[in-house]
Amino acid sequence: MSALPVRSRAVATLITLRRSVTNQLVTVVAIISTLLVLVPLVAILGYLIYKGASSLNLAFFTHVPMPVGEPGGGMANAIAGSAAILGLASLLGIPFGIGAGVYLAEYARGTWLGAAVRFTADVLNGVPSIVMGLAAYALIVAPQKHFSGFAGGVALAIMMVPTVARTTEEMLATVPNPVREAALGLGIPKWRTVLSVSLRTASPGIITGCMLAFARVAGETAPLLFTAFGNQFWSFNLSQPIAALPLQIYVYALSPYDEWHRLAWAGALVLIVMIMASVTLVRIFANRGVLKGGH
Amino acid sequence: MGVDIRVENLNAWYGPVHTLHDVSLRIPANHATALIGPSGCGKSTFVRCLNRMHETNPAARAEGVVRMGDIDIYKDATPVEIRRRVGMVFQRPNPFPTMSIYDNVASGLKLNGFRKKRVLDEVVERSLKQAALWDEVKDDLKKKSGASISGGQQQRLCIARALAVDPEVLLMDEPASALDPVSTAKIEDLIFKLKSQYTIVIVTHNMQQAARVAEKTGFFLNGRMVEFDSTHKIFTNPSDKRTEDYITGRFG
Repeated sequence: MSALPVRSRAVATLITLRRSVTNQLVTVVAIISTLLVLVPLVAILGYLIYKGASSLNLAFFTHVPMPVGEPGGGMANAIAGSAAILGLASLLGIPFGIGAGVYLAEYARGTWLGAAVRFTADVLNGVPSIVMGLAAYALIVAPQKHFSGFAGGVALAIMMVPTVARTTEEMLATVPNPVREAALGLGIPKWRTVLSVSLRTASPGIITGCMLAFARVAGETAPLLFTAFGNQFWSFNLSQPIAALPLQIYVYALSPYDEWHRLAWAGALVLIVMIMASVTLVRIFANRGVLKGGH
Repeated sequence: MGVDIRVENLNAWYGPVHTLHDVSLRIPANHATALIGPSGCGKSTFVRCLNRMHETNPAARAEGVVRMGDIDIYKDATPVEIRRRVGMVFQRPNPFPTMSIYDNVASGLKLNGFRKKRVLDEVVERSLKQAALWDEVKDDLKKKSGASISGGQQQRLCIARALAVDPEVLLMDEPASALDPVSTAKIEDLIFKLKSQYTIVIVTHNMQQAARVAEKTGFFLNGRMVEFDSTHKIFTNPSDKRTEDYITGRFG
């Protein structure tokens, strides 16, 4: 060990000053970046409330759309239809996505098939949503010869799978291997270890991934254009065309009527609030009864 | 009660690398046996072959005969069956972070489908007492996560978890190397108490630790077992020059 170079007092003070200035600077840059990210979010939400809140009333949530020219009416059927399509999409997309993620992380590490699945998922993630709609059209709508809510749900489910699968894989990869070995070492079979130890340890991250996938598809219009198609009337039948909020917003926003424009703003506001509410609810329920690790 | 372990010509590989060469020894029942040697000498690989944990790595492979009591663990049983009879404690404490202290201890039974609450309560209390942790955690059994207690407590929790499934053999892979001296002393006391009921195999870097807790000691070097004898003989009058060089600190 050589002795540290002896510095003059002035130089030492200067170095201390430089470090503290750098430190302050980096903190300020981080805060500015955070604000820059938050500004569009708050601006969009604020603008939606400004434009849409005035058109929100009880009728919006209880009535179906009125024919052109008649005032009033609501989007009750579209809200219900969106809930049905998204429910179906989550029911199909989340289990398959988590299953694929578990396969990638726990069974296919370093295998040829694993690499192929991972690559496919990443490519699928980048496919434009309208292509997903066309795929669902070709696979389900064309053979059945009619549009259906089911086809819409499938299109959205296919979009959810890659996101859910890749986040599940990545979250499982953060589970330390010794934790897995602890379970295997107790004579717990591998499938049980994966379910009760790996997945459980990774669950907060996996839930975040599912929520991201859900929030992403909840606002999708393109995959529903030639699948769910839309419907001006009440319908809970998933084998028939069904209304959906993004579709309704799309149609109303493109229309030439002021009344419909206002309803479109209100619809957009309701859609964003619904997404935020469901994400928050899932978080609250998922965190209940889960003990936090660490100190 | 513990069983003895007879190992004959055990060889192990990680991919193309031959990490264990023709190891043969007899580990006595209800005693503590220490395995010492420099890093990478194969002692961890050796204990991982005793509960077939070695083969959880897809690239790993082992050959040879390991008999525990009257069964050949590579022929007569599945890895899952073997691991229920052979407990393992790892180098770093690895409690299940999302489970309570209670569930950590009960996990071996619960995750194998055992649900009788009264029996589970008894097993958890007995195991935590055996691991000298009961008094420190009895009020927070279901309130605290297994990862929220101190490192030394976590390691005793892991020992309790291993004891809860009533194993015959306890493998310990450097169980105190990540702990402070006070926690280390507690773990050693524990080994001393437990060895009358279980066959304990402990891998350690700490030669004083081997001398304190074990009746038998094996010295590993470059994937081979150089010498296996009573701890006293290994540390006072080893037969092999390499053992002597290692314990006197000439290398490793």
